[in-house]
Amino acid sequence: MLGLNRRDFAMLLLVAALALFAPFILNPFPTASGLSQFNAGYPDLMQRFVIFGIFAIGFNILFGLTGYLSFGHAAFLGVGSYSAVWMFKLLSMNVLPALVLSVVIAGLFALLIGYVSLRRSGIYFSILTLAFAQMSFNLAYSVLTPITNGETGLQLALDDPRILDAANTAGSVPVTSLFGLEMRSAVTLDLAGWSFTFSVGYYLCALIMLVAFYISVRLFRSPFGMMLRAIKTNQQRVNYTGLNSRPYTLAAFVISGMYAGLAGGLLACMDPLAGADRMQWTASGEVVLMTILGGAGTLIGPVLGAGFIKYFENIFSKINDSILHQWFSFLPDWMENLLVNIFYPFVGKGWHLTLGILFMLVVIFLPGGLVQGGQKIARKLGFGKKSNSDTPAE
Amino acid sequence: MGILNVQNVNKRFGGLKALSNVNLDVKENTVHAVIGPNGAGKSTLLNCLVGKLIPDTGTVTFQDKSVLGKKPFEINQMGISRVFQTPEIFSDLSVLENVMIPCFARRDGSFKVNALSNMMGQRDMVDQAEQMLIDLHMIDKRNMHAASMSRGDKRRLEMAMCLVQQPRLLLLDEPTAGMARADTNNTIDLLKQIKAERDITMVIIEHDMHVVFSLSDRITVLAQGTPLVEDIPENIKGHPKVKEAYLGEAA
Amino acid sequence: MDAIILQTLNGLDKGSAYALIALGLTLIFGTLGVVNFAHGALFMLGAFCAVTVSKLFQLSHKASEATGVDFMGQPKFEDVLYVKEWFGNDLGAWLIDWSVPLSILFAIPIMIGIGFIMERGLIKHFYKRPHADQILVTFGLAIVLQEVVKYFYGANPIPTPSPMAFRGSFDFGVMLGFDPNVIIYPYWRMVYFAFSLTLVGGVFAFLQFTTFGMVVRAGMADRETVGLLGINIDKRFTIMFGIAAAVAGLAGVMYTPINSPNYHMGMDFLVLSFVVVVVGGMGSLPGAVLAGFMLGILESFASLNEVKDIIPGIDQIIIYVVAIIILLTRPRGLMGRKGVMEE
Repeated sequence: MLGLNRRDFAMLLLVAALALFAPFILNPFPTASGLSQFNAGYPDLMQRFVIFGIFAIGFNILFGLTGYLSFGHAAFLGVGSYSAVWMFKLLSMNVLPALVLSVVIAGLFALLIGYVSLRRSGIYFSILTLAFAQMSFNLAYSVLTPITNGETGLQLALDDPRILDAANTAGSVPVTSLFGLEMRSAVTLDLAGWSFTFSVGYYLCALIMLVAFYISVRLFRSPFGMMLRAIKTNQQRVNYTGLNSRPYTLAAFVISGMYAGLAGGLLACMDPLAGADRMQWTASGEVVLMTILGGAGTLIGPVLGAGFIKYFENIFSKINDSILHQWFSFLPDWMENLLVNIFYPFVGKGWHLTLGILFMLVVIFLPGGLVQGGQKIARKLGFGKKSNSDTPAE
Repeated sequence: MGILNVQNVNKRFGGLKALSNVNLDVKENTVHAVIGPNGAGKSTLLNCLVGKLIPDTGTVTFQDKSVLGKKPFEINQMGISRVFQTPEIFSDLSVLENVMIPCFARRDGSFKVNALSNMMGQRDMVDQAEQMLIDLHMIDKRNMHAASMSRGDKRRLEMAMCLVQQPRLLLLDEPTAGMARADTNNTIDLLKQIKAERDITMVIIEHDMHVVFSLSDRITVLAQGTPLVEDIPENIKGHPKVKEAYLGEAA
Repeated sequence: MDAIILQTLNGLDKGSAYALIALGLTLIFGTLGVVNFAHGALFMLGAFCAVTVSKLFQLSHKASEATGVDFMGQPKFEDVLYVKEWFGNDLGAWLIDWSVPLSILFAIPIMIGIGFIMERGLIKHFYKRPHADQILVTFGLAIVLQEVVKYFYGANPIPTPSPMAFRGSFDFGVMLGFDPNVIIYPYWRMVYFAFSLTLVGGVFAFLQFTTFGMVVRAGMADRETVGLLGINIDKRFTIMFGIAAAVAGLAGVMYTPINSPNYHMGMDFLVLSFVVVVVGGMGSLPGAVLAGFMLGILESFASLNEVKDIIPGIDQIIIYVVAIIILLTRPRGLMGRKGVMEE
C-alpha cells in the first residue's frame, strides 16, 4: 500500500495513530491529580515532539544511512527559522510560503556546506560541519544582525510590510495561519476529570511529520537508500562498482538539511521568532542524541528518540525540590531529605546532567538505540523471528 | 591491438622506480596472468589500470580509449571490474542486496537519485541478481548477512558482484591469497567456469603458480618493475630468466 | 608597527591555551587513536582546581572578637581564616595571594588521577569502536563533567585573581623605543606564556629523551610492531592519557586569572582546539603547538578595528575560515603525517 510493504505500512499506520491520538495518549492523568505534571498532551509540547521528530528523521537520512556524522545540523534548523520569520515579516502570515522558503533556503545552504565538507570523511567531516555551524552561529550574533537581529532574535513587528496581507487595522501583531486557519486556535474537550486540547498547529505539524516520515520510509527502501547504505559499509567497493559516491552523499546531506530547515520553519510557524541559539552546536548535539537514542539507521528510531528526549526534558526540568519533597513526604524526614538531595541534581536545571548520563549509557550499552534494545527484549521473550529484515534498516 | 593495451608505463615513488617501461597487450577473451616476486610492481601496475594511481609516463588504453586520469568509478563504467586481494563486499547488507547494487550501477550509471521507487519492486533487477547467484551456486544464501559468510563465500560473492555488471575485462588481484588449499581449488574451478561460460577477458595478478598455470592463456613475468618475458604457460615453466628472478628472491 | 606587536602579544595567551589543549588532544589521538571530545572539560576541571584551592584557603570560622562588643551589646564575631590561624598571619596571607600558582601542586595529582580513571573506566572500552562512537561518548562525558561543576560552583564566572606581584602591566613599548603606554602587556599573561612554553618543552623533552617517551613515540608511529616487541604499550598509553589530562588541567589552572572560569569554558575552547589540531595536522605534536599559537595570534589580529572595517565580523570567524581553507587544500594539515586518519 502506498508503495510500501506490509511491515512498513503497519509502521506508518502506527506512527499516524500515535500522532492522531497524541492529545489522549500523552494525557493519561486527570487534571486534578498529583500526577498531572507528567502529562505532556498540551499543544506547545506536542508540537515540539513532532517538529524535532522531523529534524531527527532528516538527520537519520544522513547519519543513519551514510554514516557521516554531522555536528552542524542545527545551523540548518536556524536558517529555516530565520527564513520563515522573514516570510512572515515581508509577505504574509500564511505558513505555506514560509515553510517553502525555509526548505529551499536550508537546502541551498546545505548544498554549499555539504559541497565543501563532503570532500573529507570521518572525523574531518564532523569537525568541518562543526566549524561551519559555529561560524554561522557567530555570524548570526554579530555581523548579520540586520538579518538576524543578533542577540534579541528576529521577531515580528506591527509595521512589517506583509505585502500580501490586508492592512493591519487591529493594532496588534497578527498570528500565523494556514489560509485563515489560525495556528494557535484550539478546541478543548473536558471529559470527566480529563482535559484534552486539540490544536490546529499541532495537527498541521503532525501531518507534515507523517509526510516526512512516509518520504523517509520510501527513501530507505529505494535504490538510492541502498546506495547510501553501501557507501556507509564500503566506500572503496562503491567506487569500484562504478558509482560516484560524492553526489550521493551530497544529495543525502541536502535532503537532511531540507528536513532540518522544515523543522526550523515549523518552529517559527508555531511561535514566530528565531534566535541564534537555535544554531548552537549543543543543539546539533541534541539531534545526534535523539537519533542514536532511538536507533540510528532505523526508521522509527529517530521519532521515538525525539519524543523521548523532549518529553523527559520537559518533565525533568519542571520538577523542583518542593515537588521532590512532596513525593517523598511519606518517608521519615531524614530519608526524605536524603532522597531529595540525591535526586535534586538530576532534575530541574540539572536536566542536562541526566541528558549527558543518558547519552553515555546509550552509546556504551545500547549502540543500536531503543529500537535495538526493544528487539533484543522481544527476542528474549520469544517474539523475535529470525528474518533477514532484521538487518539495520528496521 | 588487444582489448587492454599498456605502453611504456613508468611509475616512480620518490627515488624508487616501481615500474619501468612496462608493455602489456591483452587479447580479447583470454586470461592473462602477471606474475613476479614480491615487490616486482604487480600491484602498482594493477593500480595504474583501475585509476588508483596515475603513471608518470606511458599510455593505458582499454578498447582503444585511454583510461589515464579517469577515476575508478569512471573506469568501471567503461567495463572494467576489479576483484580485491581481500574480498571487498558490503558486509552490512544481505547477499542479494550486494549483487543488486552493481546491477543498479550498470543500469543507472554513476549517479542517479532514485529515491522513491521501491528497490525490491524492480522485478527485472531482482531477477538479474538472482540469476547471477544461481550461476555461482549461492542462491540459497541470498538472504544471508554478507558479514557472516566464510571467506570463500565472500570471494564468490565479490565475483558475483563484478560479473553481474557484465564487464569486458575482469582484474583479479591475488584472488587466492591467504586461502586454504581447498578454497584455492574452489576458486580455480569458479574462474574456469566463468571463463568457459562467458565472453570475458581476465587479467590475474598472482603469486601462486598452481593457480596461474591452471588458468592462464598467456603469462607476463615482472621483476623489479620491468617485464622479463611474455609467453604461453608451457614456455614460461622452464624459462631460465624466470627461475633466476624467483631464485634470486629466495637467496 | 606598535599595533602589530601589541596584537601579537595579545594573541599569545589564547594561543598558549589552544596549543596546550591541542597538544593533549594530539597525544591522546596519536597514542590511543581516540577522538576525545571531553578534553575541553579537562581544561575546565583544571581551572576549577584553582577555584577550589582558593576557596579552601578562604575557609573561615566565626570567632568572638577579643576587642569587645558591638553597639547592641552583643559580643562581636569576626571571620577567622583557617590558613591564617594555622600558618600565621603572614604566611596565611601569602598562601591566599598565591593560591593560583599553588593550585598547580594540587591539580597535578588530581588531573592525572582523573585521566587514569577516564582512560581505564571509559575510553579503554572504545578503542575498537568507530570514531563516531568515541566522539559521542566523550561528548556525553563532557556534558556530565560540565553539569557536575555547574551544580557545585554555579553558572556564574568565578573571579580568581593572580598574585599581587603579577597584577599590573609591563610596558613593552618603552623598551622598544615607543612612547609609554602604547604597548603594555599584563604581567600575568607573560607568566602564562612562559608557563606554556615550559610545559610544551617539558612534554617534548619527556618524549624525546626518556625511554618511556621513546616507546610512546614508537607506539604512535606503529602500534602493532611495538606491541609485538613484548612491550606493554597499553599501560604506557594510560600514563600518557594521564599526562595529557594534566597538561590540559594545568593550562586551565593558570588561565583562571586571565578569564574568570565558568562551567562551559571547556566547550568553548574545545571546538577551537579541535580546529587547531586539524589545522596543525592530526597526529603531529609540533603541528598542534604551532597551529595553536598561529591561530591565537591570527584571531587577535582579526579583532583589530582596521581589519574589521574592511571585513566586518572577520574576528568571529577567522579561525574557522582558516581551518576550512587548510582542510580543503592541505588535508593533512600543516604538519600532518601521512596515513593518519585517512580513508
